[in-house]
Amino acid sequence: MPAVRDTFFAFRRAPLLSALSITTIAFSLFAVGLFGLVVLNIREALQKVEERVEIRAFVAEKTPVEQIALAADDVSKYPEVLSVDLVTQEEALERARKELGEFRDVFEAEFLPPSLDVHLKPGFRDPTTVHRVADKLKALTFIDDVRFGEDWITQLYRLRNIAGVAGVALGLAFAAVAVIIIGATIRMAVLARSREISIMRLVGATDAYVRRPFLIEGFIKGVLGGALALCLTWLAIRLVSGYLSFQTVFFDQSIGLIGIAGGALIGLLGSAFSVGRHLRRV
Amino acid sequence: MIRFTRVSKDYPRLGAALSNVSFSVAKGEFVFLTGASGAGKSTILKLIYMEERPTNGEVRVGGMSSVTIRRRDVPKLRRRLGIVFQDFRLLEDRTAEANVAFALEVIGAPRATIANKVSRALTQVGLASKAASFPRELSGGEQQRVAIARALVNDPVLLVADEPTGNLDERATRGVFQLLREINASGTAVLMATHNLDIIRRSDYRTIELNRGQIVFDSAEAAKAAIERFAE
Ligand SMILES: Nc1ncnc2c1ncn2[C@@H]1O[C@H](COP(=O)(O)OP(=O)(O)OP(=O)(O)O)[C@@H](O)[C@H]1O
Ligand SMILES: [Mg+2]
Repeated sequence: MPAVRDTFFAFRRAPLLSALSITTIAFSLFAVGLFGLVVLNIREALQKVEERVEIRAFVAEKTPVEQIALAADDVSKYPEVLSVDLVTQEEALERARKELGEFRDVFEAEFLPPSLDVHLKPGFRDPTTVHRVADKLKALTFIDDVRFGEDWITQLYRLRNIAGVAGVALGLAFAAVAVIIIGATIRMAVLARSREISIMRLVGATDAYVRRPFLIEGFIKGVLGGALALCLTWLAIRLVSGYLSFQTVFFDQSIGLIGIAGGALIGLLGSAFSVGRHLRRV
Repeated sequence: MIRFTRVSKDYPRLGAALSNVSFSVAKGEFVFLTGASGAGKSTILKLIYMEERPTNGEVRVGGMSSVTIRRRDVPKLRRRLGIVFQDFRLLEDRTAEANVAFALEVIGAPRATIANKVSRALTQVGLASKAASFPRELSGGEQQRVAIARALVNDPVLLVADEPTGNLDERATRGVFQLLREINASGTAVLMATHNLDIIRRSDYRTIELNRGQIVFDSAEAAKAAIERFAE
């Protein structure tokens, strides 16, 4: 492939600039990758804790047990609800002793009301749904109080969203810089071959033909940048996970490929801009 | 083959380089384009290979019109033309052979046919023995022959030459001119811009003279006028 050979020559002609363009592509994707991993890991963690998301609805004093059982049956038919456990006073006491601390305020009241422990179906464990179901339960006359891990669920979700937005924003900013830098390197390559290009055009080469090797050069640099970004992200997560108590997850193959494709796209865009500008002027 | 209809060309800042130029060149014709420096010769040639578009009027070349041609069709036109310049415009890092082959490679000619066509073109310009030489190893006249071989290799219907002998001494000039005559004799139209009155006088080809962007003399028109005067 002559285009690959050209790319190789391009590296020899301007090794610093070529390395720079690959590195900026890598950094732009590295930024996206890091935040992506944060998002991914938060999501993973969310899934784990979401399994434990439950709404505990405390039943009012002196409610007949039959009515509670009936209500439990009702609640278990809500579309969001996976299962309902009826926890009697004795069971509550038992559990409270085991889980001491978690519901200290209730425990200290020296009176443990029976409760309905409501588990939600997967996909209905986000803060909004949890709130909605909790409100429905609260509306029932014999329910005194409703508890769920409101705060930390909302916070985790917020963290995930912030990480996602920050990753995309930073990634876009870096990508714009990468497009400009790769454009500059391709521009050097174009100028170095401008004589050749003018002769090509004179003898009837099409713009597409003139453009192709530069696009391939940009593409190759982009793919290299994407691969480098993947390596950097992997290294970073390896380094960081040593300090973390939980098991971190890395991108799967398809997301890794998307990352490399992103690099290729940046490379293509940068060179297309650059060659396009040159061709329009001649 | 070529038809200029009331063509004007303004360059930004400079103003009019050509004004109201009309002429045509028939298939297989040999035409000199002459005139003082800055008269507009190169501009006319650029309009022919559509490097420039006229500000007014229409340029028609080989069935294509400057009015309607799209950018992506320009290569199609150029593949039917051969273009030669005063400064040869060869690639220094390629041999004579490779320079000629370049013109075929970049238009996607079938690989198998290239070597044959190249050696035929180099033979036609009398440089078969120098095929492996680099431009720096060739004299000016020889380099121009390589450039002409490159222009010929795709069998053009029209050869456009912008002062092809401008950098050559008298002997080399005569040689290159002789070559252009031969090319014309084999059916290719030739339009040659030149300052060299000597070679214009030596031959009796049609001559168009420009001055400040206008045609001030066209030997074809002059002959017609003379015939008309004679007939009266
Ligand atoms: N690209 C351009 N931009 C602006 N002005 C131009 C451009 N090309 C040519 N000109 C002007 O147009 C006029 C005609 O130029 P042209 O090159 O056609 O002359 P010429 O007859 O070929 O001259 P010469 O014999 O010196 O080659 C000149 O005044 C020149 O300065
Ligand atoms: Mg000129």
